[in-house]
Amino acid sequence: MSRLSSGGAIDRRQVINFRFNGTSYTGFKGDTLASALLANGVRVVGRSFKYHRPRGVVSCGIEETNALVQLRSDLDQPNIRATVLPLVEGLEAESINCWPSVNFDVGAINGWLAPLFPAGFYYKTFMAKPWDFYSRFIRRVAGLGQVPKVADTNSYERVHHHVDVLVIGAGPAGLSTTLAVARTGARVLLIDDQSDPGGDLLFDTAIIDQKPALEWVKESIETLAQLDNVSRLQNTIATGYYDHNLVIAVQTSPDESWIRERLWHIRAKQVVVATGAVERPMVFANNDRPGVMLCASVAGYITRFGVQPGKRCVLFTNNSRAYEYLSVLQEAGIKVVEIVDCRESVDDDSLKIAQLLNIPVVAGSHVVNVSGKKMVRSVTVRSINGDANLHTVSCDLVCHSGGWNPLVHLQSHSGAKPVYDSENVTFIPGKPIQSERSVGASNGRFLLSQCITDGLETGQKIGVELGYEFPEISFEKQTNDVNYAVEGFWAEDDNTGKAFVDYQNDVTRADLALAMRENFQSIEHIKRYTTAGMATDQGKMGNPNVIGIVAQMSGTSMTATGTTTYRPPFQPVSFGVIGGMERGALIIPARTTPITEWNISHGAAMNEAGANFRRPFYYPKSGESMQDAMNREALATRNGCAIYDATPLGKFELHGEDVPELLNRVYTNSFSDLPIGQGRFGLMLREDGRLMDDGVTFRIDDNHYLMSCGTGAAPVVLGHMERLLQTEWQDLKVYLINVSAGWANVCVCGPLAREVLSGAGMDRELLDSMKFMQIKTTKVAGFDVRVARVSYTGELSFEINVRRRDGLQLWELFMQAGKQHDITPIGSETSGVLRIEKGFVSPGIEGDNITNPYDAGLGWVIDMNKPDFIGKRSLQRDLNIGGERQHVVGLLPDDHNAKIADGSALVPVQAPTSGNPEFQGHVTAACYSPTLERTIALALLKNGKNRHGENIRISGLEGSFTATVTKPVFYDPRGEKMRA
Amino acid sequence: MLLIPCPWCGQRNEDEFMCGGESARVRPDDPASTTDAQWSDYLYNSTNHKGVVREWWWHVNGCTKWFVIDRDTVTHAIQPASEEIS
Repeated sequence: MSRLSSGGAIDRRQVINFRFNGTSYTGFKGDTLASALLANGVRVVGRSFKYHRPRGVVSCGIEETNALVQLRSDLDQPNIRATVLPLVEGLEAESINCWPSVNFDVGAINGWLAPLFPAGFYYKTFMAKPWDFYSRFIRRVAGLGQVPKVADTNSYERVHHHVDVLVIGAGPAGLSTTLAVARTGARVLLIDDQSDPGGDLLFDTAIIDQKPALEWVKESIETLAQLDNVSRLQNTIATGYYDHNLVIAVQTSPDESWIRERLWHIRAKQVVVATGAVERPMVFANNDRPGVMLCASVAGYITRFGVQPGKRCVLFTNNSRAYEYLSVLQEAGIKVVEIVDCRESVDDDSLKIAQLLNIPVVAGSHVVNVSGKKMVRSVTVRSINGDANLHTVSCDLVCHSGGWNPLVHLQSHSGAKPVYDSENVTFIPGKPIQSERSVGASNGRFLLSQCITDGLETGQKIGVELGYEFPEISFEKQTNDVNYAVEGFWAEDDNTGKAFVDYQNDVTRADLALAMRENFQSIEHIKRYTTAGMATDQGKMGNPNVIGIVAQMSGTSMTATGTTTYRPPFQPVSFGVIGGMERGALIIPARTTPITEWNISHGAAMNEAGANFRRPFYYPKSGESMQDAMNREALATRNGCAIYDATPLGKFELHGEDVPELLNRVYTNSFSDLPIGQGRFGLMLREDGRLMDDGVTFRIDDNHYLMSCGTGAAPVVLGHMERLLQTEWQDLKVYLINVSAGWANVCVCGPLAREVLSGAGMDRELLDSMKFMQIKTTKVAGFDVRVARVSYTGELSFEINVRRRDGLQLWELFMQAGKQHDITPIGSETSGVLRIEKGFVSPGIEGDNITNPYDAGLGWVIDMNKPDFIGKRSLQRDLNIGGERQHVVGLLPDDHNAKIADGSALVPVQAPTSGNPEFQGHVTAACYSPTLERTIALALLKNGKNRHGENIRISGLEGSFTATVTKPVFYDPRGEKMRA
Repeated sequence: MLLIPCPWCGQRNEDEFMCGGESARVRPDDPASTTDAQWSDYLYNSTNHKGVVREWWWHVNGCTKWFVIDRDTVTHAIQPASEEIS
């Protein structure tokens, strides 16, 4: 056990049981999985991505690259960082990237084969041969963790929030910013990723105003809690910073227990990034061995968790701040045997600290290798200039500190470019692009006093800028800072072992050198070729090392080399919280009609239709197949009577003196002379001359029209007319009202339709007198209705429009009245059969972004003598260009029972002697026609209207059939039935 | 996500809107008098330049108002256009 007998912010009275890789362990409340594993002496926690090297915990925070686990107890989540995973009773986790176990991993053979797996290995090796073949093997071993196999049943939600100031991070800088802004009265939201406020202070022994820093944190939080204009969220991490000051944050385990995570969309007038900095590793051979840990993190494990990560330690540093942690290590009983400092001269203050603790300092030297595989056994040290002072030190812990990296990620998301700070050997936030400021360590102010001052000053400035008064307060805060004095150091590769620059993607110094030898020059290219900085950690720890090494190898500066772009998310985000409540049926909520429930309760097979409606597909009776049901429904329509719910059709009311002018401009045919009470079929084109929609428009009164359109096209048609009226044709006096949802529409059709409607109480004389395309306002059983005689089935047909709330009653009335005539509800699949039989072109099916109305056989609806209409000029252009076009045709397969898939290709009957057959068109819609007792199809065929009578071959997934090309109408070509 | 200033509803999230393209693209008064090339240019080409672009936006999931804004395609800075229509 490595748990210290005292200390740490853990509750030793609350023992927590957990399992890791199948073994039971215990920890305490307040532990993370990483701290509990270290306390139990578990050194190897995972295997690396490519070489399957044993890896241990390297840090104690969000920057962790190695200790990634598959969490089995709470859902089945891959790639959870053990360093930020709170330990809870019953937690169960496993290592990733290893088989059969983390201590004996077959994949480690990749380490021996390493010379075969350089950077760019996949590109070089597998692209020459069929990738499909290799991918089967590679996909099995590639990637981190495993995709969960069970559905996530947790609840998530999304909220929007607006504030004056958003402060991200409740460390010393974020807290002091919030304190200052809050006093001005501005509305502030403070978010922080940890369960408790304090940031790095939680892991530290710093002093503020002669008190432990956490006392200051506690007092600050108490002050903020009393202010109405301040809100604070813990366990909330900002994952992305987007345009117009939108920050997206994920809150885990909110107080409401029924929500697992909540996604916050936060708009702020000003964003303060106080995300702090993370320690950077040193790059040396075998710097990934378990037991090689970041210096401040080792101190953090001691201070916060009372864990002793090792007993004999070597400190390897390039800065003075690391000396600050020596006393913490020594007090925890860790013997620091040597400080290896790569700086030639070390400042007196630091030397004094070492001297007091009786630790020898070896300046101007560096660690060149680490021995030990599953734990550190010793390190080899030598002078930077040659082999002088070469010696080996035995130890079980290497603390290394390569300086600090400000977490500039969020600022980078916002569009700003980080700039190089040569004094601190790191990239700091550049000029803000949005209303944003970085403060504290994330702004390159690494000392505690700087963090607090920076925060207070920035907070005051923001408050004043936003127009609030700032009361006079004193800023003085005394801290026990030591200096930083960092020097960049990247040793040459001396081939003693793999020196990692990106632990998570297994990228080494040698990979960077190889990329440069192969002439990759831009840092962005080197990143993509080697994958350095591309893993889930997004290069939080390693990126400045990559840039430093590339700059050194290419003989340029860090500034000239520049950084790669950091992209959202800052840390992985669950799919659950992205989806929020929009899952299952709520992804796209289905629209209903008054008849929907009746349809479902009467056994309709429901299916997706346009505009998010779900409609009956067909109504199977017991024992009926889909084809049986469709045949029965289609024959009932042709020979008896049928009923269907036409409510989803688009319906628009048009009022005003210029309605005819609008109709003339949006339809291809003329509407100038439409009498009152009469409707006309209209064809609407896009400006490029392609089919948009067709429908019937009725004239209700002088300046009052009713337009109908296809279900799926309704939003498009409405948008089209809205746009024209509001932008191009503002002079037209037209009111356009979408009444689609206001009316229910029940269609009764078939030769017996009049009998059904008169049986339901409609005036028989009116029914007999109504001509095709007429509309009448009347009453049925007390309901005010609009009756329109239009037909989409090719039969006698009446559409009865009624107030939506009366729709179901009217439907049931007709069902009752139609009982004696065996009235049959029909679904959309049957309507499709009736349409194909009649050869009614559907703009959404035969219109394929190429078809123009002439191709579709709709030339009769086009009045090219009108001065202008939308699409006319493009049609003229089609005619000017000429050439061969595809036309809508009918197809009669020789095999009357041929099963033809929509989309099947049309090719010449004779197969070519060599090569592929010539593609001549495709089937747009095929069905079995129970009326004709054979299979029929509509198709688009090259030069089709001049090829009636020719033979063609239909070639599709369902088989190959010869067929005769015909006119695209199979039933009642003169339309006598629907006009009857 | 951009904040778009709707003249009726104020600043709203971008996902309530549809972009209608550059407002400089105006339908020719007399399409019949254009050449095929001029007509194709109107139909298919935008200037698509870097910098401030005057655009139509439609508050489709809101009040359905069409309006014009000036949007910088580099910085996404948005100003309501000074005139109703360009």
